[in-house]
Amino acid sequence: MSTKELRSFLPKQDAINLAILAVVIMLVLPLTLDIFRLNLIGKYLTYAFVAIGLVLCWGYGGILSLGQGVFFGLGGYCMAMFLKLEASDPESTAIQSTPGIPDFMDWNQLTELPWFWEPFYSLPFALIAVLIVPTIFAYIIGVAMFKRRVGGVYFAIITQAIASILTILIIGQQGYTGGVNGITDLRTLLGWDIRTDSAKYILYFVNAGLLILCLLFAQFVRKSKLGRILLAMREREDRVRFSGYDVSSFKICVFCLGAAFSAIGGAMFTLQVGFMSPSFVGIVPSIEMVIFCAVGGRMSIIGAVYGTLVVNWAKTTFSESFPELWLFAMGALFIGVVMAFPRGLAGLYVDHILPQISKLYRKIKAQLDAKRNSSQLAAGNQES
Amino acid sequence: MFADYTSSELLSIFAMQGFAGLILFSVFVLMALGLAIIFGQMGVINMAHGEFMILGAYMTYLVSNLFSSYMPGLFDYYFFVAMAVAFICAGALGALVEWGLIRHLYKRPLDTLLATWGLSLILQQLYRTIFGAREVGVSLPDWLMGSIPLTDMIDIPINGLFVMGLTIIISIVIYTLMFKSSWGKQVRAVVQNRPMASAVGINTEKTDRVTFALGCGIAGIAGSAFTMIGSTGPTAGQLYIVDTFLVVVFGGAQSLLGTIASALTISQSQSAMEFFLSGSMAKVLTLLFVVGILMLRPQGLFALKIRH
Repeated sequence: MSTKELRSFLPKQDAINLAILAVVIMLVLPLTLDIFRLNLIGKYLTYAFVAIGLVLCWGYGGILSLGQGVFFGLGGYCMAMFLKLEASDPESTAIQSTPGIPDFMDWNQLTELPWFWEPFYSLPFALIAVLIVPTIFAYIIGVAMFKRRVGGVYFAIITQAIASILTILIIGQQGYTGGVNGITDLRTLLGWDIRTDSAKYILYFVNAGLLILCLLFAQFVRKSKLGRILLAMREREDRVRFSGYDVSSFKICVFCLGAAFSAIGGAMFTLQVGFMSPSFVGIVPSIEMVIFCAVGGRMSIIGAVYGTLVVNWAKTTFSESFPELWLFAMGALFIGVVMAFPRGLAGLYVDHILPQISKLYRKIKAQLDAKRNSSQLAAGNQES
Repeated sequence: MFADYTSSELLSIFAMQGFAGLILFSVFVLMALGLAIIFGQMGVINMAHGEFMILGAYMTYLVSNLFSSYMPGLFDYYFFVAMAVAFICAGALGALVEWGLIRHLYKRPLDTLLATWGLSLILQQLYRTIFGAREVGVSLPDWLMGSIPLTDMIDIPINGLFVMGLTIIISIVIYTLMFKSSWGKQVRAVVQNRPMASAVGINTEKTDRVTFALGCGIAGIAGSAFTMIGSTGPTAGQLYIVDTFLVVVFGGAQSLLGTIASALTISQSQSAMEFFLSGSMAKVLTLLFVVGILMLRPQGLFALKIRH
């Protein structure tokens, strides 16, 4: 790729912002925080995957999905199933009436592993499933909805219903899914203990690296033709359709992409936090993920990451010290971000901080120029 | 799954479950009618609708406490006062919300959704602060307790009958308001063509506000009725909001008749299946069925033919 092509995909300003973000999450945070807090940040960053997907779906495509938790959860559950099977080998589960199956199955009087758990003994299968299962699910939903031109609020309501269905299903089918507690007590990944501090550091950096990769990919989509068609579709869907584009395929594509991002986030969540439960699948977490994206700025992929960090950090701080105030603050955040700052943090940055920075930059540059001129002048005077 | 039961047992199971379904149906209809007016007619997604319902429920709780401590003699009739209070409070809050929030967001329906979700969080926490996190129940007056035995195996609870009667009356009132009164004509005109309605002299802003307030007021009555069959907690509204939206969408958002028909379908299939399967599976199957139908027929059961 030539420099010019690279510039068109990653303009200077975006490259600087991305570099700053990379420095913050790869250097500043790991150096300043202890491992407990860093693990917490890692957990927040897994939500950022979802938020980036939402920027593409909602900010660019105008498709608001209130069921992103479904894909986050599916990805997380695929990962958790592999880890759980590894944790429940016959030796460590010898006290169960059926050794070798996960403990919650034993508690629910299951005597053999259900068929859909079998393939998850293999890590390659599990990793592929993390990506493929949610994407296929998103594809089915997308085809069913977008081919019939269901969009806007209807799509939001139906995705919400799907999130609700999946949560009820997971909670109801306790023997197969671990019920409301989810899949807990995950220990090792191919014999490598994921609960130690060093493992947490490594997982944090893997997570951060994947996030940067996802950001680059999302940036690529934004600047590609797909990104421009999505924008056009959001503004005037009919015109794009009349220009000969198959609108629904583009929508399905970006929806699947958002689902795949969320799934990666879910899998990393399971690895870092050590469990997966239906409380990350349902309606409430799904809508919260939308607010991460809205706070960051629904048109800015980098803003989405900051938005996720800020909201989650606020949530943790608030609910540690003033638990009853948190819901008020969260509600106010929803209303405020919609009414007053529809462009979120990114909008504030572009409108207020960026002009200040460039003003400062120009001022410093002017001063330097003046200094150079005066010193040149002085040098000239001495010569004469 | 039917093999273990005799035919007369099956009949009474279906009758009892059918009646249980009818009570669920009443709550659905009362919730959904308000929502159908707000969402179907105005196109506004009100995620805080459940919280308006809970406001009605808490108002009923307060009124019943007031009556039992100050006017025990009139306790038998507190429910009618409670209903009026619930309607007025929820309606007033609705008008306030429309003025402060919704009015600025008519052109951005997805943003309304987020803003009203925020409102619902605030209201939930408000209820929790004021009334406590525990669920509260009201005591029913004597004439609403007990049940009418129809046969040996079929008992019909009186409070259920009362709630159903209430639902029918309110549905008729709403229908008359929307389709027979001049106000209803104005609402429908604004929905179909806002600039034209405004041009012929309808005050669209006022119509919007009254419509929204009415929808919320009906939610308040729904909450009032809800106290008779269940207890009220700060987050109880959230449990119903998705179901209610599905009821409205499934019925065809702009048709009140469709809303009633879809509430009937959903509640009946859910309570009939509940007896034979576990409650969660019944709900999953019902919702899947609805979502499946909506994928085949996105406009809902009864779609109004409107040219856009």
